[in-house]
Formats: sequence, structure tokens, C-alpha cells
Amino acid sequence: MMLDGFKRFARNRGAAIGLVILLFVILTAILGPLLYPDSPWKMVQRPFLPPFTMDGLPLGTDALGRDVMAGLVHGARISLLVGLVSTVVALLIGVPIGALAGYFGGFIDDALMRFTEFFQTIPSFALAIVLLAIFQPSLFYVILAIAIVSWPPVARLVRGEVLSLRSREYVEAAMLSGQGTLQIITRQILPNALPPIIVLASLMVATAILLESSLSFLGLGDPNVMSWGYMIGTARTVMRTAWWLSFIPGVAILLTVLAMNLIGEGLNDALNPRLSRKSR
Amino acid sequence: MIRFILARLVKAVVILLAILIFNFLLIHAAPGDPAAVMAGEAGATDEKFIADLRARFGLDQPFGVQLWLYVKSTVQLDLGFSYRQNMPVIDLIWDRLPATLLLTLTAFVIALVLGVTAGVLAASKQGTWWDSIISSMALLFYATPLFWVALMASLLFSVVLGWLPGYGYETIGANYTGFERALDIGKHLILPATTLGLFFMAVYMRMTRASMLEMSRLDFVKTARAKGLKNRVIQRRHVLRNALLPVITLAGLQAGQIVGGAVLTETVFAWPGIGRLLFEAISQRDYSVMLGVFFVSAAMVLLFNLITDVLYVLVDPRIRLT
Amino acid sequence: MSLLEIENLAIALPAGADRQLAVENISFGLSKGEILCIVGESGSGKSMSANAVMGLLPEGVEPAGGHIRFHGREILHLTEDERIDIRGKSISMIFQEPLSALNPLMRVGAQICEVFEAHGLLTPAERMARAVELLEEVGLPDPDKTIRAYPFQLSGGQRQRVMIAMALALEPEILIADEPTTALDVTTQAQILALIEELRRKHEMAVIFITHDFGVVADIADRVIVMQTGQIVEQGSAEDVLLRPSHPYTKSLIAAIPGMKDKPDTGQTHSQQSPVILSVKNLNKTFSTGGGLFKPARVVHAVNDMTFDLHLGETIGIVGESGSGKSTAGRCIIRLIDPDSGTVRLSDVDLTALNGHALRMARSKAQMIFQDPYSSLNPRARIGRILTEGPIAHGVPRAQALDRARELLSLVGLDPSAVDRFPHEFSGGQRQRIGIARALALDPDVIIADEAVSALDVSIQAQVLDLLADLKARLNLSMLFVTHDLRVAAQICDRIMVMRRGQVVEMGPSAQVLGQPAHDYTRSLLDAIPGRHHEAAMRQSVASY
Repeated sequence: MMLDGFKRFARNRGAAIGLVILLFVILTAILGPLLYPDSPWKMVQRPFLPPFTMDGLPLGTDALGRDVMAGLVHGARISLLVGLVSTVVALLIGVPIGALAGYFGGFIDDALMRFTEFFQTIPSFALAIVLLAIFQPSLFYVILAIAIVSWPPVARLVRGEVLSLRSREYVEAAMLSGQGTLQIITRQILPNALPPIIVLASLMVATAILLESSLSFLGLGDPNVMSWGYMIGTARTVMRTAWWLSFIPGVAILLTVLAMNLIGEGLNDALNPRLSRKSR
Repeated sequence: MIRFILARLVKAVVILLAILIFNFLLIHAAPGDPAAVMAGEAGATDEKFIADLRARFGLDQPFGVQLWLYVKSTVQLDLGFSYRQNMPVIDLIWDRLPATLLLTLTAFVIALVLGVTAGVLAASKQGTWWDSIISSMALLFYATPLFWVALMASLLFSVVLGWLPGYGYETIGANYTGFERALDIGKHLILPATTLGLFFMAVYMRMTRASMLEMSRLDFVKTARAKGLKNRVIQRRHVLRNALLPVITLAGLQAGQIVGGAVLTETVFAWPGIGRLLFEAISQRDYSVMLGVFFVSAAMVLLFNLITDVLYVLVDPRIRLT
Repeated sequence: MSLLEIENLAIALPAGADRQLAVENISFGLSKGEILCIVGESGSGKSMSANAVMGLLPEGVEPAGGHIRFHGREILHLTEDERIDIRGKSISMIFQEPLSALNPLMRVGAQICEVFEAHGLLTPAERMARAVELLEEVGLPDPDKTIRAYPFQLSGGQRQRVMIAMALALEPEILIADEPTTALDVTTQAQILALIEELRRKHEMAVIFITHDFGVVADIADRVIVMQTGQIVEQGSAEDVLLRPSHPYTKSLIAAIPGMKDKPDTGQTHSQQSPVILSVKNLNKTFSTGGGLFKPARVVHAVNDMTFDLHLGETIGIVGESGSGKSTAGRCIIRLIDPDSGTVRLSDVDLTALNGHALRMARSKAQMIFQDPYSSLNPRARIGRILTEGPIAHGVPRAQALDRARELLSLVGLDPSAVDRFPHEFSGGQRQRIGIARALALDPDVIIADEAVSALDVSIQAQVLDLLADLKARLNLSMLFVTHDLRVAAQICDRIMVMRRGQVVEMGPSAQVLGQPAHDYTRSLLDAIPGRHHEAAMRQSVASY
């Protein structure tokens, strides 16, 4: 079953493109510091050097004479790091809440779902802004803020899946066979709820990258790390004279997010064939 | 139906109260003196202002009393005072709210109308190049950072091509009135509303398409075909109506994101709404404005949700009649 | 000349399916006013030719050859516009699931009026008036009100009547009914069958009736076609096929039909003298649904004061239609659902008094066999794990549990090597055997079989029933057999309990309940069983082969 899924994924052209882009970004993130060991904040040349005008500075320099390429390379690490870690944190919050709500139902379900609904109703981006403005903007709080605003969909999805899976007869059989609740949830139910969770998680990484760049754009990112959103934010004021400074990092964000979405889409087609294909 | 809406209203009020408590906890969880937080960076240096705040919100009294005073004043629509702007926060927000409502509602309508239309088109031409083009566009919009596309749009359409104003709410100093003023605002609205709507358009398009395809597989569509109905009628009357339900649900769930997106769009286009106000408050560390905007934007989301709930009920008799 | 003539029809499945052709060499004719039954098990392709007649083949499935002639005119390769003209007007169709076959968002009246609209007939007011007449004709109560109802406000049987009204709207010459009663309770099924029969006579309409149920065939068919894996294996008059089947497959299908008199009347006295193993007293369960802040809850009494004793080695059938509370009762007894009140004593343990760990341990003595072979096995677990999880949870060492799993697999007639395979590698019948092996793995005193054979094709059903009967005798199992099918209950149960809306209306030895039912409801259930009148004749003639 998993093998079929893998074959379907591999056949998906979009997913393949996404995977190639993502691998490239990952490689950049890993190898980047080796190629650009210097701080991306360091001034290397005169400001506003356009791209492709000087060897060694393929993308030119920004308003403070910093190497745009170095910024891009270091920004890749931050985007991926924030995207992945905040998604993992959101899963750690959302999966248990959703699983408990779906499995136990009744009062527990009501309470947990009201809680989730609350977080889903409040405008998440505004919440992230307020959180970061009140606490000090640092990588830790950025990740935390993104995780806090992105777990509700996970909880809802997991709850729905668990709710439908827990009434499956094999789960009833497991209850009758004397297995404990924890074992039933982790061994019988969650593995079967995994495909949609994986798909959602891959899309969440994309959303988290977008969120991080938006926050940095507003100046709410960690002031000590170079990120794509920050680069656009600072280049904004000079957009009329040096448009490429905002254009280039934007393309980087676009491609990375697009890659994640393509992969998510491919995973969805591969793991949930019912939804993507004409049935029968 | 009435019951249903009443229940939703009660729920909305409960959520608003919860947000108040949440705000209150945030003020207290923040590093430093709560009074200093409420005063904002600018007000914190003014001893008298701080002392005033302390007295008004009973900050030397027990926690429960503080909470009660805070909730009481907010319920009376007192959202605090901005020392920096020298104005009550609620007045600041009232000033800016119409612009934000105009922007978000326009963006929402654009996104919904274009998104659903494109989704229907893609689903009805599934597998053709129409479908491929629409789906690829949606995928692209879906991945584009909102603030960046806003920047690029204002650069292209305003700076380079000069077609549309890329800045502000209306032409300053023109003193248009009546219809001319509306037209002027409309021109200023096009770029921000379109860029804000773009992402959501992609979302609705994808949902509509998927949901249309899902519905076409259901038995009642086969029944409709067996009656001898034309495909066009089947698509509209049977498939689309059913397919719209999940789109409406999604629109409700995403209302918060539209309001959030308004912060970025208003910032880029200098649109004088509460999003822009929030952005200004960040750089001025004006916390009571931030929390006030946060509270009001949550109320806006609840309003959006209420609208989508009513829409849902109007389409689906199963909720209306049970 | 036949009204409809099908000649050498072949229909191709999309690439990658388990066979190339869904059906081939299909030839038959249909005359005016005739009811033709197409019978077959799942996967036999019995619906395919009918769908091809309507031009409603599933996506990717295409006709590969042959002819379909309607009034002598070839209709297999019509354009969509030409087809639309025939659909609903000359040939109409009803389906299996009356709930999903109606648009949930449209009023019933509007959905009927659509048929006229589709063919440009009548004014809107006339359409509505006709719709009311049609609802009246198909026997719906209060047609003036029903016309304004939404599908979810009607019962399954009522929805199917609406479907029939829709299909009749333009007085078609042919009605195609694709398993129209399969999703319905037996009494409702009898009513719908009677309705179809009556309408056919009144309108001289030809009917193609697709079913898997020979009982239904016996009740309404003029002619019968038997299909197996895409081929017609036998066709002829109903009497010939049912009483003098010539093809071995037909014979085996007919032999597999559970009969009312299969169970020998011995044995029950013996088991009633043996000790009581399960004792249920005053069991109650109510469900309340839809309650909310501004809305009163609806309360359903699903199990109402149920009391009975199950003796060692005995099988009690709990029989009822959907919504009778039979499955809830079974689940309350083993605490998959917590009952509101009452006691359940298993041997000498009061199950209703236990909780948590103690309940988990005690419950190993009562196990369950489930209905749906596709959802009763964890799709991500190998058979070995499925069969050993229970014993391991009860402290049996893994290796020993695995040995036992292999033994159990042989016991239920599967190869012991199955332990290394996944559920999806098995057929429905085989999965059901695995489910039985799982129930046996904990050496239970009592087994509750919840519609254990209902989802299976009739030939598989017979095999599984034989297996259960065999295991019961060999292991001296005590069993509660929950089913909607009196014929199945008759085969395996010593005593039968009939439930209706949460109440036990009648309980007694099988032969007595089935032979001299004391309660009207039991009688109506028995009368509604399709094919009863032909049964005796069928049995005799089959026996003579």
C-alpha cells in the first residue's frame, strides 16, 4: 500500500519539480555557511551594486553594501529551520489534542474543541504580531508564535480522523482484546490517520515559511538572523531605485513555498488516492 | 434557524470574552510592569500617566479585581489610551475601521467570485489545458508572499506603468466629493484589494475544484443524469450547490487570515486601516493600541464567521430545519 | 420484436483493473411488460449492461463491442444529446442507496419536476400537480406535504418511493432497478417489491431488476439471467432457472441460500439444560441526540429492559430491522457501549461493575465477530499482529501467541503462512475467517457475532456460516448472533429473540418463533422474507439433483 503510494508520488511531475527545488534549498542551507563563512551582515562593497556586475558578488549588494547572495544563502537556513521546527511544535500540540478529543468524545471533546476553535477564530497573524511585539523577537519566540497560531487545523484534522477511525470495527476489536487506551490510540488509530497528517504537515511548512517572512518583513523577526523577509522589508524603502533587492528574496520565498506545496500535493495524490482520482 | 443564529451569537460573545481574558493575561505575562506595558513605550516615562493607569485598572489590587476592572472597561468599549497619539484607542480604531472593512470585504468578494468561477471552470474542463492553467495559477498565488506581491504590484502598476495609484486611500488635496470621491477611492482600492484577494482566490479555487469533482461522483448526480438533464444544468443545480458548502465553511475558517493579511497589505499600500495602525503601533511599542486592534480584528472575524454561518444555513436545509 | 435487444455486448474496464472486460458476450432481449432479473454476486458485472443501456457507465469504462437496440434502433453509440432524449423519458433508472441518490439540498417536489423540465414538458404549475399525483401513486402519505420535504426528512423506504415516482414521471417503457431494495429493511423491501410489481402491471412497463438475492428473484422475476465474472452462465424463465438450474454455478448459488428449515430441531433442549454462561438483567440504554443550548434533545430508547440467559453451548439469535437496537444490545453486553442500567454477568463476573484494567482483563472471555470484513482488520497490521495483540496484552509470550495464531488460522480454514500478510491481500470471506480467528484467540466463553455474514456474498455467507456451526460444535461455544436476516438466524440459532424499537417482542426456540410466531411483528417479518413461497418448491427440486 505504501509502495503504491511511493510509485504514485514518483510519477507526479509537479512533485518531482518540487522535490528538486526543495533539495536545492536544503543543500544551500547546509553548504551555504561553507561557501559564505562570513557574516551576511558584513559590508563587502559599495552599496546598491546591481546584480551580475561584479565577480564574486553575483547578486550585487544592498543599501548597506552587504552581499545579497550571502544573505540569500543564510536566509535559506532560517526559512527551513523555522518552517520545520514550528511545524513539528504545532504537530506536538495539535496531534495529542485532536487525538484525545476524537477518541474520548463527550465533555473532553467539547472542551478541547472549544479551546481549538478559540485559537482558530482569533486572527492568527495579528496574534503572532502581538505575541512577538510583547515578548522579545527572537528565533525562539518566532517559532513559538508560528506554532501557536498553526496548530488548530492539525487538531481538527486529527480529531476528525480519530473520530471516524475509532468507530472502525478493528478498534472495537482491539478494545475487546484487552489493549490499553494509549496502545489503541498509538498503534491502531494514529498510524491509519498518518497520510492526511503528513500531507497537512508538508503544507504547514510552506505556510510557516510564509508567516516567518511576513513577520520579518514587519520587523518582528530575530534581529540577529538574516532572513528573506527581513531583506525585503529593508529593501522596501529603496524599491523605486533598486527594485531587485526586494524582488530577489521574494522569488526565493516563492520557489521554496511552491516546492513545499507541490510536494504536499504530490503526497496527497499518493497517499489519499480516493480524493485525487476519479474513483472506480 | 433563529435558534441556530442565536447559539452562534452566544458563542461569539463567549469567544470575545475569552480574548479579553487572553489579552489581560498577555499584559501580565509580558516582561516588566503591567502598567508600563499598558502605557506603551512612550507613556512609560510619564509618572503621572502610569499612576493614573495603576489606579484605574486597580493594578495594586488582587488579580481577580484587576481582571474584573479590565473586562468591565473593555466591555464599555474603553480600550485604553494611546499616550503616543494622545487619543483613546477606541477613537483611533473607529477612525480606521471603515477603511479596513472596505478593503477586506472587497478582497473577500473578489476572492470568492473569481475563485469559485475559476474552480468551476477548472472542474468542468478537468484534464484539459484550461484546467492546467487555472490550477497552476492557483498554485502560484498560493505560494506567493502577500507583502511581496503587494510590493511588486505597486511597483509595476503604479511606479512603472502609472495605471493605478499605489498609495493611500484617496488623492490627497483633490477634495473630491460624492461620486467622484467614490471613484477615486475605488481606484485606490483596486491594487490593495486584488493583492489581498489573490491568495484567498487560490484557496477558494482549489477547494471549489476539488469539491466539484468530489460531488460529481455522488449518486444523486447519476440520478440527475438518468433523468435526462443537460450537463450544464446538472453542474449548476446539483454539483455546484453541494460543492459550495465546504467552500463556505472554508471561507469562514479563513476569515481570520484575511484580516491578518490586511495588516501586510495596508502596510505596503499605506492604506489607513487598523492593520496599518497595528504596524505603526509595533514600531512605537504602543501596546494598548496593539491589543485594541487585536481585539477589534477578532470581533471582525467573528462577524465574518456569522455571515458565513448564515450563508451556510441558507444553502443547507439540513441545518435550517433540524 | 423485443423492446430492447442486447447482442454480444462487451464492456472494457480501464487499464489496471483485475480483468480486461467487465462483461462479454452479453446477449438478451426484453419484452414489453416483462420483469427480467439479472442476478450475480459482487464483481459479476451484473449492473454493467444496464448502465450501458442508459449510457451511464462509470468513468473509464467503455463499451468494447456488440449492440444495444431499443425498438430496433442502435443506442450503444449515441451522442450525449440523443441519450438525454431517451433517459428518463423512454428508459429510467433507480438505484441502491436511496439516501445518496437524491440531492440533499433540493425539495423532493423540485427533484421530480426536474424530469419534466429536462424534457421541456408542461408548465411549472402542471409539473407540480403531476408530482403530487406521482407521490400519491407510489403510496407516499400526505403527498401535498411530502412534496415540500427534503430527502433527509424521509425514511429510506420513502426515499426509494420518491425515486420510483421520479422514474415513472414520463411513463417510460423500461425501468431499470439497480439493487433498489438492498439497502432497505426486509418489510420495506417487500412493500417496494409489491409497488414495482403493481406499477409494472398498470403501466405495462418492462423492468430490468438487478439483484444478488434469489429470494427477490423468486418473488418478482418473469425471466432470469445469472451472471458470473462478466459472463451470462444461465438464462431462462424464472421457474426453469430457480427449479431446474442447469449450470453448476446457479445450482451452488441456490443451494447456498439460507433456508428457514435448515436447523435441525434437536440440541436446544440439551443446551438449555447446561449451566448459564451469560446472564443479562434489565439492560437499558438510551441515546439522546441533537441537544443544544436552544434545542431539546431527542431521546431514543435503544435497549429497553432486556433480560435473558445464555446457556453454555447455546446460540441465541437477536433479530431485528435497522434501528431495532440489536447491535446496541450486543455492544452494551460487552461494554463497548456503557449501558444506562442493568447487569451483565459473564460466568460469575459482573461486567457492568468493572472498569479500566479489570474490565479489560475480564472482557477477554467475551469476544466479538464484526460485520464489515473491510473495516474489522487494521489495514496496517499483519495478520500475525492482529491475532497476537490480544493474547500478548493478556500476558502470553509473543512466540507462544504466534504459534497459537497459526493454529487458529488452520482452524478457520486458512493457511498458517497468512500471519506474514496484510489484510488487503485477502478476500472478504477470508478476512471474515481471520476475524473469527481473532475472536477465538483469547479462548472466550461467549462470542457475539454482529451481522457477521451480512456483508458477504451468498456463497461465501454459506461457507462462513458452516464454519461457525462447525466451530460451535467442536469448541462448545456459546454465541449471541445478531442479525437482520431471519433466514440466517434460522440456520444457526437455538433460540431467537426478536427486537423492535429497543423492545424484545418475542423470544423462544427457533422452530417455535419461526414456525408459530406469537407476535404480529414477527409474523410480518416472516411474511416479508422474499422468496418464501417458492422456497419449498426450490428446495425439493434442488434436492432431486
